[in-house]
Amino acid sequence: MAGFQMKQQYHRPFNMQCKGFLLHLILLGVTAAAFFPFYWLVVMATNETSDIFSYPPKLTFGVHLLENMNNVFKNIQFFAAFANTLFIASVETTLILFFCSLAGFTFAKFTFPGRNTLFVMLLVTMMIPSQLSAVPSFVLMAWLGWVGSFKALIIPGMVTAFGVFWLRQYAESAVPGELVDAGRIDGCGHLRLYWHVALPIMRPALAFLGIFSFIHAWNDYMWPLIILNDPAKYTLQVALSQLDNVYGSDYGMLMAGTLMATVPLIIIFLLGSRHFIANIAAGAIKE
Amino acid sequence: MSVIDSSPAPVATPSPAPVSARPPLRRSNTFWRVLPLYLSVAPFYLLFAIFGLFPLCFSLYLAFHKWDGIGAMKYVGWNQFAYLLTDTYFWQAIVNTLEIWLLATLPMIGISVVLAFLLASPLVQRKGFYRVAFFLPHITSVVAIALVFGSLFSNQFGLLNALLTSLGLSRIAWLSQPWSMKIAIATMILWRSIGYHALIFMAGIQSIPVSLNEAARIDGAKSTQIFFHITLPLLRPIMLFTIVTSTISGMQVFTEPQVLLGNDGGPGRAGMTIVLYLYQQAFGSYHFGYGAAIGWGLFVVIVLFSLLNWLLVQRPGRRA
Repeated sequence: MAGFQMKQQYHRPFNMQCKGFLLHLILLGVTAAAFFPFYWLVVMATNETSDIFSYPPKLTFGVHLLENMNNVFKNIQFFAAFANTLFIASVETTLILFFCSLAGFTFAKFTFPGRNTLFVMLLVTMMIPSQLSAVPSFVLMAWLGWVGSFKALIIPGMVTAFGVFWLRQYAESAVPGELVDAGRIDGCGHLRLYWHVALPIMRPALAFLGIFSFIHAWNDYMWPLIILNDPAKYTLQVALSQLDNVYGSDYGMLMAGTLMATVPLIIIFLLGSRHFIANIAAGAIKE
Repeated sequence: MSVIDSSPAPVATPSPAPVSARPPLRRSNTFWRVLPLYLSVAPFYLLFAIFGLFPLCFSLYLAFHKWDGIGAMKYVGWNQFAYLLTDTYFWQAIVNTLEIWLLATLPMIGISVVLAFLLASPLVQRKGFYRVAFFLPHITSVVAIALVFGSLFSNQFGLLNALLTSLGLSRIAWLSQPWSMKIAIATMILWRSIGYHALIFMAGIQSIPVSLNEAARIDGAKSTQIFFHITLPLLRPIMLFTIVTSTISGMQVFTEPQVLLGNDGGPGRAGMTIVLYLYQQAFGSYHFGYGAAIGWGLFVVIVLFSLLNWLLVQRPGRRA
């Protein structure tokens, strides 16, 4: 396919070149629209609020980033929120990867009574909208004494139906049955088969699920907003919305905070984008 | 990854096919053989029973009780559901949610299909760059998006108003007018979801056999004809997937209006969505029982609209 395209390039007639140019122009326009809010975020984070809200507005980067960042640190416990978010997202992602891959591998490569029924049940649970039970979930957390605690954020989500489903699909085709059998003949128990045989093979699918879960946990808003009540325990998203509520008029500071909360995620995404994009589309097509 | 791409296995079938034709090594279901297997899959079911199923049943119980979260629960029968049906705020929230969903989803699907078609063209190089660029908005937190767009749409000095002024037009109080508040929320949803859906549609387009397009080209079909007569009809299953998932997420819009307009959905409650109303009633006013009833109202709305979508998208399929 690639070779075919290369050949085409040299013999491309004039009107094809025009078409290609037009296509790129449209796509670049869309790219600019996708990038603009990020650009504007940086512009606002590096300027004083009075520059942003003047007419004509300042459209270029300013020099007040450090000052704005300092104001963020003065007004909210940003580093605490950053550490909280990092902790929650990392722990939850690790747990999801472990439990989902173990269950996915087991569903894919072993037979046991009730397996298919259990798997169909798992698929059905994916269709229940989570917001439906926001109130009773909160009450449950209150009974458990978990309101205000990270446990309420991490534990309910540490095995996801999507993760099990996704890794089962992957393990089914990627992990060779012969290898599992060979391991068993050599006397491996289930956990060792999982750890030494299946896990290394499932790595690409784990990379996708890991990035996906991390981003999801990092950006989660409604549930942490309901659960967390102590500013020292806020996640970044909750801390940002509080900053907006209290100091919403200081845009330079607000945007400096938003920028600092967004950049780490963008870096993680760019590092893993190769795995991520190919897989998210594949998942949708297969469903 | 290549393994995934090449395996055709469709997965939406109700009962998963047997994993492999080979018989397992040992067939006996001895206790010690199956115990580790059950233990491996157990965590999901255990967690779901506690944090999924129990709250679901409990929310039905709660919906029949009046409760402020502290005092005693009082059984009120169907009263809260009856009240829900006459609650003008609830109906307003449903209408708002649907309007926002329409404003966001219709353009989103149209634009992202066209975008996917353009991006899939063999004339376009550097597809990887465009993919990353298109996907970036989707991974950004909704809170951050709402804060940035809040400044773009700001009533007084927002960038949009600066643009209007420079064009000689009068400013618009974007975040105070009923219609412009919805446009602002829909714009955020659009910006976040167009690229993501374009990539999904593009993967669908790339799974259409190249020979079909080539045959059409040889027969003299133009790009627009290929788009309407080959690409669109063959994309219908993915279209269904997209419409259903965007309906489910569209009915649950919460963060955008909550961050942009506050817990009351802004002036005139024009930005109040169903989930925001649930949140406000349960966690703002401590009407826990009523909040649970709103949850079930939301559930009914989601089921109805998913069915409606499904019928709308399926029907042309049967005719063709």
